[in-house]
Amino acid sequence: MADLTSDFIGIKSPNPFWLASAPPTDKEYNVRRAFEAGWGGVVWKTLGEEGPPVVNVNGPRYGAIHGADRRLLGLNNIELITDRPLEVNLEEMTRVKRDYPDHALIASVMVPCEEDAWKKILPMIAETGCDGFELNFGCPHGMAERGMGSAVGQVPDYIEMVARWCKEATDLPVIVKLTPNITNILYPAEAALRGGADAVSLINTINSITSVNLDVMSPEPMIDGKGTHGGYCGPAVKPIAMNMVAEIARNPETANLPISGIGGITTWRDAAEFMALGAGNVQVCTAAMTYGFKIVQEMISGLSQWMDEKGYTSTSDFVGMATPNVTDWQYLNLNHITKAEINQDDCIKCGRCYAACEDTSHQAIEMSEDRVFTVKDDECVACNLCVNVCPVEGCITMRTLEPGEMDERTGQPVAAEYGNWTVHPNNPSVQAAE
Amino acid sequence: MTNSPLSEGVVAGRLSGAELTENFADLHPALDTHEALVAADRCYFCHDAPCMEACPTDIDIPLFIRQIATGTPEAAARTILSQNILGGMCARVCPTETLCEEVCVREVAEGKPVKIGELQRYATDTLMASGEHPFERAPATGKKVAVVGAGPAGLSCAHRLATYGHDVTVFDGRAKPGGLNEFGIASYKSVDNFAAREVDWLLKIGGITVETGKRLGDGLSLASLQADYDAVFLGLGLGGVNALGVEGEDKSGVDDAVDFISDLRQASDLAGVEIGRDVVVIGGGMTAVDAAVQAKLLGALNVSLVYRRGRDRMNASVFEQDLAASKGVRIITNASPVAIHGNGSVREIEFEYTDDDLNATGQTVRLAADQVFKAIGQTLVGDGLPDLDGGKIAVDGTGRTSVLGIWAGGDCATGGDDLTVTAVAEGRDAAEDMHQSLA
Repeated sequence: MADLTSDFIGIKSPNPFWLASAPPTDKEYNVRRAFEAGWGGVVWKTLGEEGPPVVNVNGPRYGAIHGADRRLLGLNNIELITDRPLEVNLEEMTRVKRDYPDHALIASVMVPCEEDAWKKILPMIAETGCDGFELNFGCPHGMAERGMGSAVGQVPDYIEMVARWCKEATDLPVIVKLTPNITNILYPAEAALRGGADAVSLINTINSITSVNLDVMSPEPMIDGKGTHGGYCGPAVKPIAMNMVAEIARNPETANLPISGIGGITTWRDAAEFMALGAGNVQVCTAAMTYGFKIVQEMISGLSQWMDEKGYTSTSDFVGMATPNVTDWQYLNLNHITKAEINQDDCIKCGRCYAACEDTSHQAIEMSEDRVFTVKDDECVACNLCVNVCPVEGCITMRTLEPGEMDERTGQPVAAEYGNWTVHPNNPSVQAAE
Repeated sequence: MTNSPLSEGVVAGRLSGAELTENFADLHPALDTHEALVAADRCYFCHDAPCMEACPTDIDIPLFIRQIATGTPEAAARTILSQNILGGMCARVCPTETLCEEVCVREVAEGKPVKIGELQRYATDTLMASGEHPFERAPATGKKVAVVGAGPAGLSCAHRLATYGHDVTVFDGRAKPGGLNEFGIASYKSVDNFAAREVDWLLKIGGITVETGKRLGDGLSLASLQADYDAVFLGLGLGGVNALGVEGEDKSGVDDAVDFISDLRQASDLAGVEIGRDVVVIGGGMTAVDAAVQAKLLGALNVSLVYRRGRDRMNASVFEQDLAASKGVRIITNASPVAIHGNGSVREIEFEYTDDDLNATGQTVRLAADQVFKAIGQTLVGDGLPDLDGGKIAVDGTGRTSVLGIWAGGDCATGGDDLTVTAVAEGRDAAEDMHQSLA
């Protein structure tokens, strides 16, 4: 069986599955149960300054988007950092780390953007025996209004400054957690690197309103008739998160900056995808909040099986393997031509491919009197919409045309050579260069 | 309780009141909101959906299911009822397994169709529970239409005509409107007096007068209706029952299944309904199954349903056959009745085994029977009706008969299967044509 042990910026854990800083990691009771269930590490729920802790709302904290059968696809929250006293958290962290020395325990931290504040708290927390710090520059609600969380994460100069303070204050690894609520993820990532951060973790949650109560006319979750934007997470944000991970991983300046991948990871496959794009490990929250800690068992067995099947002996074998294949649109091979093909044996004749193509795409699917659906190669632009709306997985596939084969849509044979937009005759800049 | 399933003869009270209540409970309990949402989520919203094609009333099924899924079952009900005003009853009695659900792509793909019938019931029940009648009557036209028969065809026709502002009088020979919905369907398919409640709800459109106790040839003549009304619709149903034509048919205990079903439906106390210990039902359609299953549910010890051809030729759907089997009804096929034995009352019924072409094999069997129900088809009765074709009133695609000004639909007319939903469609379509001709 594949070796899942993980070494992320020197932090060792039995597997690459960490619980992200969030309600599941708010106290000793949960974290012990998480470790017993099989999680490799936890990022403890964000710690704040000494003194009276923050307070949370006393109405609903979460809102959700559901798919069929109330499958939870997206979750948002308006919860703040830990609302328990710092000393209580530190005592519990100390006990947990003592009892689980082989598991990773990371302290998430958020204090005001002042040098003293950071330099004071980090050594205090380090005494728990924790393995590293994660700087919470991501929370988009509540704390941001007080100049913390994403208010810092949205200003690259602040990120760099705070990261530098923290590196000066501790010898432990420092991870900067990035907010996705920015225009370009590379700016904060590069700032973290300049500040000396050992790694970045992303994404934190996305500003969101999940629903509106149409009776009260208020956003939800609704507190006494009003709502506020919350942080969005869960399976729905995975594509956004993966793009940001990939952007950092393929950016020459940050290519060697380790990444802890976060964002809608629900299964072993999600984890493998993040890691293939360059994440050294992954953090999970919503999936655990939806199904409980036990899901890590599927993640462990699934990743192991897949690694065995592929011949990977260590997770580092495949981390970043997909990164070189993330490119810009202009470098995609325009001579690569495919056509949709419908497997008539698998087709259940629902006609969704037809409706989608006929109404909203290229009128490239024909429907016979007896509901046989076939692709018109002379109209098919290979958009893949039919594949995506078909309820039967694998029923519609895209067949790659061989070089020399006629593309009936263009009347041109398929070119054998690679040819992208940068050399395409329709590209004005190509003509200008000539 | 003095009687039990073992008691000899045709007696009442074989089971306790509690057992009877349980036995005659809703065959398909109503979906609750959660169940409805789960069921609705399975619909693929097919293009040009096969289920819709299969529905005799052309209900836009994908649309109404999507309306349920998005939390607007009342809108779903309006989608249903605009095509089928008796959508509530059809949701209960339609053989969906041979109509919409048979062609559901998920039935084809997985053997598990979307629960279209139960979802239709969820939607229509929701709307009806609100007390709302979703249609408005157009300004009165002053035109008068007579509808003979207050069954599914007649009620559907009357409602559509009333919607257009015509004044409709519905005549029915029985004491209550509803036709087979009220008198001809197994009790467990229409609990809580649903058929009557549905009629009351339908009549809220206004402009419809129901006159019961009046049938053609008995206080009503076609000629006078033609004279007094601008148009006439005949939804008479099939009032006659086919005879077996065998020796001993006149013995006591040999009854028509339709009468048994009707009496059971109208009984105020199931414990007072008499049933034999050894019951034999002859026939292979829905009526035969309804009679056989209910005989068993009343506490008959042995119930046999005997059909002269093979199981694949039975008009009762596979679901109905399985239902009968699951309740303990023994289904015997390829056997034709040849004689009924007994001294005054039936004691045994004798069958001869036949092949699929009904050729006698010479082998016979006798079944103990203290009650025999005949369910081998019904016939149109009445004199002076428009031209017939194959024993039914001949109609064209719009329900027009051979007589100008007289339309017909439902079981009494040619075209379509003898199903509630088909009758509703025919009544509705005839009303549309009548409205055109009245303009």
